[in-house]
Amino acid sequence: MQAAFPLVFAALLFCVGVFGVLSRRNAVLVLMSVELMLAAVTINLVTFGLLAADRGDVVLTGQIFALFVLAIGAAEVGVGLAIILLLYRNRATVNIDDADLMKY
Amino acid sequence: MTVIDVVMLAVAVLGGASAILVVVSRNVVHAALYLVVALISVAGTFLLLGAEFLAWTQVLVYVGAVIVLILFGLMLTRAPLGPMPQDNDHTRLAAALSVALFGFLAVLIMQAFGDTALPLSVTPTAAIGEILYVHWAFPFMVLGFFLTVALVGAIVLARREEGEGPEPLFDAELDSERPTPAPTDVSTTPGVTRPSQEIRT
Repeated sequence: MQAAFPLVFAALLFCVGVFGVLSRRNAVLVLMSVELMLAAVTINLVTFGLLAADRGDVVLTGQIFALFVLAIGAAEVGVGLAIILLLYRNRATVNIDDADLMKY
Repeated sequence: MTVIDVVMLAVAVLGGASAILVVVSRNVVHAALYLVVALISVAGTFLLLGAEFLAWTQVLVYVGAVIVLILFGLMLTRAPLGPMPQDNDHTRLAAALSVALFGFLAVLIMQAFGDTALPLSVTPTAAIGEILYVHWAFPFMVLGFFLTVALVGAIVLARREEGEGPEPLFDAELDSERPTPAPTDVSTTPGVTRPSQEIRT
């Protein structure tokens, strides 16, 4: 398999995630787009980890880093959803365009 | 093209299509379910790259836990379940930006790694465990501590503070500690009704 296959797939996932973060209004959907971007990053880490393992990396840095990104992503979803619930309770909306208290 | 190329292409097309459906779907629950397909295809990519432990961790953590958490988030924030306009005014700008970014990245990747063959090999789970608990032991423990902190932080954030949100039905102890006894007046109780907040979709 060419290295370009998973890398282009990861780039596609990342750009779709960027589009979701920029264009969605519901905060939970923004969080889902962030998850897509994190998944793209883990694919990149594993792919480059394979290339590095071929050149003598014995500690599998790519896969271990991907594992860490996975765990941190899970924690991020938990804290992010808690923040969204707090936003919903205080302002009765999850539209992130309405959360503009620091804008003016 | 070998068999593994064809499978990778199929996984990439499936994952890309469902990822695009996540960000353009008008129904939030459908978006969450398309996210399941996208994350499963990411796990399939891990399998094709030989990272089997990572693939099953992805399935367990993301498809198992994170999606359930997101569905609970949709339920608790009472997201509109029907088809609704979910996008803001910058959709065209965002689409142009992300397509341009993808084109740039794709050209860059094809120029840099277009003819690099991946040295595919299966990483056994035992090897991952050995390396994780020997070479990466301290970062691994830091990660465990971090997860604990995130758990406590999420609970503290999402907890209902006293006097916030709808009043509980039986709060005799809370009322006795309160200096001004006014919880019986429903109209002034914060959180029961919020007529001032217009709910935009």
